[in-house]
Amino acid sequence: MFYRENGQFKTSYAADQQIFTIAQDKWFVWGLIAFAALAVPMLADEYMFRAILIPFLVLSLAALGVNLLVGYCGQITLGAGAFMAIGAYAAYNFMVRIDGMPLVLAMLLGGVSAAAFGILFGIPSLRVRGLYLAVATLAAQFLCDWAFLRIGWFTNNSSSGSVSVAKLEMLGWAIDSPTEKYLFCLAFVVVFAFIGKNLTRAAIGRQWMAIRDMDVAAEVIGIRPMFAKLSAFAVSSFFVGVAGALWGFVHLGSWEPAAFSVDRSFQLLFMVIIGGMGSIMGSFFGAAFIVILPIFLNQFLPLLGSLVGVTVSTAGISHAELIIFGSLIIFFLIVEPHGLARLWSIAKQKLRLWPFPH
Amino acid sequence: MDMTDMNSAAATSPAGRRQGEVILDLQNISLRFGGVKALTDISFNIREHEVRAIIGPNGAGKSSMLNVINGVYHPQEGRIFFRGEERKKMEPHMAALQGIARTFQNIALFKGMSVLDNIMTGRNLKMKCNLFQQALWLGPALREEIAHREKVEEIVDFLEIQHIRKTPVGALPYGLQKRVDLGRALAMEPQILLLDEPMAGMNVEEKQDMCRFILDISDQFGTTIVLIEHDMGVVMDISDRVVVLDYGKKIGDGTPDEVRNNQDVINAYLGSGH
Ligand SMILES: Nc1ncnc2c1ncn2[C@@H]1O[C@H](COP(=O)(O)OP(=O)(O)OP(=O)(O)O)[C@@H](O)[C@H]1O
Ligand SMILES: [Mg+2]
Repeated sequence: MFYRENGQFKTSYAADQQIFTIAQDKWFVWGLIAFAALAVPMLADEYMFRAILIPFLVLSLAALGVNLLVGYCGQITLGAGAFMAIGAYAAYNFMVRIDGMPLVLAMLLGGVSAAAFGILFGIPSLRVRGLYLAVATLAAQFLCDWAFLRIGWFTNNSSSGSVSVAKLEMLGWAIDSPTEKYLFCLAFVVVFAFIGKNLTRAAIGRQWMAIRDMDVAAEVIGIRPMFAKLSAFAVSSFFVGVAGALWGFVHLGSWEPAAFSVDRSFQLLFMVIIGGMGSIMGSFFGAAFIVILPIFLNQFLPLLGSLVGVTVSTAGISHAELIIFGSLIIFFLIVEPHGLARLWSIAKQKLRLWPFPH
Repeated sequence: MDMTDMNSAAATSPAGRRQGEVILDLQNISLRFGGVKALTDISFNIREHEVRAIIGPNGAGKSSMLNVINGVYHPQEGRIFFRGEERKKMEPHMAALQGIARTFQNIALFKGMSVLDNIMTGRNLKMKCNLFQQALWLGPALREEIAHREKVEEIVDFLEIQHIRKTPVGALPYGLQKRVDLGRALAMEPQILLLDEPMAGMNVEEKQDMCRFILDISDQFGTTIVLIEHDMGVVMDISDRVVVLDYGKKIGDGTPDEVRNNQDVINAYLGSGH
């Protein structure tokens, strides 16, 4: 009744090209951003920020990056963790090696470094696809794991192998409380989400999707596969690299190479599959789901266990988590490749017709 | 043109269409896939503004010929001249740059995208904004997007598919998909349009619509059209000149009337049961 485009007539193509063609969608998203920026800092406590909200935001950004490559351009990557690592370590090196390096610039340069490596490791995609490409990107993962562990220069020769960032500061604003860190991440995520949305509805996004859907036809209308694929690798790795810098600098504070292991790569891929391939919104759904599920199971399973009179061990909980992920991934891959985002749009479609479905 | 006589193969080719210079000249083209000879020593040319049909039984090498023209296949032998200049080995996107567009025998649309987006991709070569401008979606990028959207809307109107412009192409019936395929090729504003069986699998009405679109494209835009089609009535009706292939060899070339009376052609068609 309330959610529909009745009476909202588009009188120009510009109006019809907007991100949110239904006004309610626009208000919903702006409302959500306002809520996240204004209300959440007042409502959430420190635990919420540290354990849920900040990881959720940073991983959303990384998942968004992976989604650009996997969901929009149809390539596969098992190296997302490596590109997060490159972003984090590069940003770290820009910070410690250049005096007076501004924080945000260092993080963006971290992203640029990741993008450069993204292009490099994307080159196999010009010749191989599917499983072979997955293996090639996995090689990037192992190479990075090794390099950041063994080559002292990257960690500024820190003896313990872990690196840390002393103080986060931007234009005189010291980012030290969890609330401030949260807002810092939120700003990044909002800006990058809009950039992602813009790219995917512009010419470059159509080129990516064309390559994904039918590469021969794409070439015949003049799309160069090399440019389309490598630009997708670059942009995706840039997003992932910036997310890596945020993860290291803001979420962890100090970190070791293990923070960006192959587990992280798989986790990001799962977020995209569960959230919805080829959907900006879906990246957020996927990240929320994967961040919240373990916490939810931790609370819920022991409770359920005590009801039926069994004690649930921590190991049991983490097994349950894996089982649930596994089955959900199979479910989404087979039944609904567009993931949670698809369920969301079905719900919206229903709402548009409600209460008169015919 | 009156469509009622579409299937009467007696109609003569529509005279009066201006025929220009030779735009594409194919000389002694041979193409093999391992041991399979798809094309053997084929020569013919295409003149500006004409409708040039390629016919022949199944497996004759018609689609392969189109793939050679737009750079998907690279013939082992032979030379190709585009506007008098010899064409080196080229990739499909270079052929696109020269203004060669095509549609596909088995529809090759971008399934995950809407009709509008599919046709918009046809304009990718004309869109010049860089990645940063696109990322910000301001000023030049927005203006460019809207200018091209207007062009695409003209094509949507031309093909009479206004009602489905936002539908994902995967959800469309076959006939409409064929139309979108044509729209995407038209969006390139091509000089040569290659159509691979644009009417296959259509009912009579859909065929009539498609014929009308092809003739309108030829009349309004002067586009050179290369058409593969099995329906002889259509071919004889709308094409200016016809090449006939059989087992990868050229067995006939000329006006529809000449081809119809060519004994080799008659044998090939009788032999293969057409
Ligand atoms: N990519 C390829 N690899 C191997 N053989 C091929 C390839 N493309 C075409 N051929 C072979 O070349 C020959 C000609 O095929 P082509 O598709 O050009 O025929 P056609 O005239 O378009 O037939 P139809 O009317 O069935 O579309 C066939 O024998 C086919 O098997
Ligand atoms: Mg064919």
